[in-house]
Amino acid sequence: MPNCKTVVPYHGTPEQEARLREVIEAHKGQPGATMPVLQAAQEIFGYLPEEVQVMVAEGLDIPLSEVYGVASFYAQFSMNPKGKYQISVCLGTACYVKGAAAILSAVEEHLNIKPGSITPDGKFSLDACRCVGACGLAPVMMVGSDVYGRLTPDQVPGILDKYE
Amino acid sequence: MNLVRSHILVCTGTGCSSSNSLKIIEAFEEELKLQQMDQEAKVVKTGCFGLCAMGPIVMIYPEGACYTKVTPEDVREIVSEHIVKGRIVQRLLHMESDEGGTATSLADTTFYKHQLRIALRNCGVINPEDIDEYIGVDGYAALGRILTEKIPPQKVIDDIKASGLRGRGGAGFSTGLKWQFTHDATSPDGIKYVACNADEGDPGAFMDRSVLEGDPHSVLEAMTIAGYAVGAHQGYIYVRAEYPIAVKRLEIAIGQARDYGLLGKDIFGSGFDFDIELRLGAGAFVCGEETALMTSIEGHRGEPRPRPPFPANKGLFQRPTLLNNVETYANITWILNHGPDKYAAIGTEKSKGTKVFALGGKITNTGLVEVPMGTTLRTIIEDIGGGCPNGKKFKAAQTGGPSGGCIPAELIDTPIDYESLTAIGSMMGSGGLIVMDEDNCMVDIAKFFLEFCVDESCGKCVPCRIGTKRLYDLLTKITNGDGTLEDLDTIEELCYHLKNSALCALGQSAPNPVLSTLKYFRDEYVAHVVDKRCPAGVCKNLLHYTIDPAKCKGCTLCTRNCPVGAITGAVRAPHVIDQNKCIKCGVCMDNCRFDAITKG
Repeated sequence: MPNCKTVVPYHGTPEQEARLREVIEAHKGQPGATMPVLQAAQEIFGYLPEEVQVMVAEGLDIPLSEVYGVASFYAQFSMNPKGKYQISVCLGTACYVKGAAAILSAVEEHLNIKPGSITPDGKFSLDACRCVGACGLAPVMMVGSDVYGRLTPDQVPGILDKYE
Repeated sequence: MNLVRSHILVCTGTGCSSSNSLKIIEAFEEELKLQQMDQEAKVVKTGCFGLCAMGPIVMIYPEGACYTKVTPEDVREIVSEHIVKGRIVQRLLHMESDEGGTATSLADTTFYKHQLRIALRNCGVINPEDIDEYIGVDGYAALGRILTEKIPPQKVIDDIKASGLRGRGGAGFSTGLKWQFTHDATSPDGIKYVACNADEGDPGAFMDRSVLEGDPHSVLEAMTIAGYAVGAHQGYIYVRAEYPIAVKRLEIAIGQARDYGLLGKDIFGSGFDFDIELRLGAGAFVCGEETALMTSIEGHRGEPRPRPPFPANKGLFQRPTLLNNVETYANITWILNHGPDKYAAIGTEKSKGTKVFALGGKITNTGLVEVPMGTTLRTIIEDIGGGCPNGKKFKAAQTGGPSGGCIPAELIDTPIDYESLTAIGSMMGSGGLIVMDEDNCMVDIAKFFLEFCVDESCGKCVPCRIGTKRLYDLLTKITNGDGTLEDLDTIEELCYHLKNSALCALGQSAPNPVLSTLKYFRDEYVAHVVDKRCPAGVCKNLLHYTIDPAKCKGCTLCTRNCPVGAITGAVRAPHVIDQNKCIKCGVCMDNCRFDAITKG
């Protein structure tokens, strides 16, 4: 698991922390609460830095190792902040046989970052994801919630340049 | 409810939503108001019609006109011509790919002619966000009859057994038996659970998502019936967080069912209580495995554990648990409403009913199809799917996702059911069906699936954690052109060890794509290893671009376009590519006007 600990300093606000405490309170004592709480925490903070994991562990009264174990196991949880625009290139089978690998390289080349990382200005983060389910449009890339289908590598720079 | 003259059905499944169907709906609503037809026609948001390649799709009833690839700009014309004047807009009608003829209604198309929709019966027919529409198509009738007539749970289980329904998640275990085991199991405090596996992780499979997006109540009703049959009062749906539309529709459906008293306490006044909770998966393929899924619902790392004990005896929170897949549940109420005999009459001797396939890859009609078990691969690919696009030759079909295998073109007449797929080294899996043509390299495909398994291996057992990685390394060695014939034997040996020793189905089936391609496409592996050549021209390290001196006119276009200056030659004399400098980007070949450059 790469990038388990982020180099970006923690910037949580008291409002965010208060919201997290509410979520923890609502789930406390319920069986299987770890995942829903972490999902909510990720939504509040955008990612799961160590500080947030400590709050969840103390709040739910479970070992930090268990929280970290869950947070590092699932692909949805990120311990690194995400960019202003999150790019996901689908590498599902249908997209792959239609040339998704070339799309991913085009994005990597254009932004000069690898999947799982973020541009230095914090504008774009890149992930290779598994099947977004728009197989009819393969190959597919998502920027934020915008979906771009039937892509060719030469369209990539033009699409990314649209985002300010 | 107002009676309207026309119903405009717009697909809001993920495929069509991604290509702007929500804007089309807005445009329709606006345009209907503008042309004062909003009392005459109603826009209905439906689930997936199945023909995703042609999306966004708009169907207008009563005519049944099927418009494909509709854009928001087309909406004005559809309203003024079709809705106002009653004239069907011919240019937007679905075109049959072969003879270019138009089909007025979807049912007439070759895409639908061979299909039989049971699990998908309501997808694209009703508005999934309106419980009344589901009730209007006999929804909650089966549950109502069972609870109010106090049909004994054993009778319900017997009906499911008699239907011959088998689990649609992949393994194909008898659904009725699973219900029986959970019914018979004893729980220390009487608590049992019903769970639904909606963690559809196979890349390329999206039938469960379509059912949840297009007909969520059919799953809720079936789970409630299952709860009654096995004696459970709490259900969980474990759904992928990557399916936001499905999650939203499930939340709406659960809320509506609670409001109507169809979930919660004392359903239909029968004294039976049942409620359902959603649990969101967080992107781990292994959580599709039943024991891993339950560990994940409990809030831990989604790692599988050895069986027995089976979930029917010791599942969620150590209590007996019934776990079925979405598509399995989607069949339940149809069986109970139409009778198990009618269901058992469909399909083959051992595989009853229908199966939904997600057609994808190099095929003209990508989308969802539901066919009776025993339909041949040829019918699915050539008749329903319309074959490979651009006149390319069909090479292989891959079923079962990363756990399945590749079926070569010569076995295209294989009838699709659980047994015959396993016999040829593949498996039913959840129903992804990826079509590959002559441009796909089978070694590369095997490597792709292994990379997936390496990524998704949970790491608990050694054979899977290390074995998949070693296999992947060996395949990489081959696609890089460094492989030897001994490597092929090592690969085979490693595959059998992995199959026999991994803890769960992920590891046990990870070798399937490798073994099946080795079996049917050994010549391609040999070409990579011995001739250092990739026949399909995919593996970059093995590619060579060459200029045919007889065809080259010396126009220098390739020289000017080559990004690394690998091509040299005088004007009007044949050029040469320096293989040491060439980065195999293919720009020269794309630019050559004389077809003088070949790759191989």
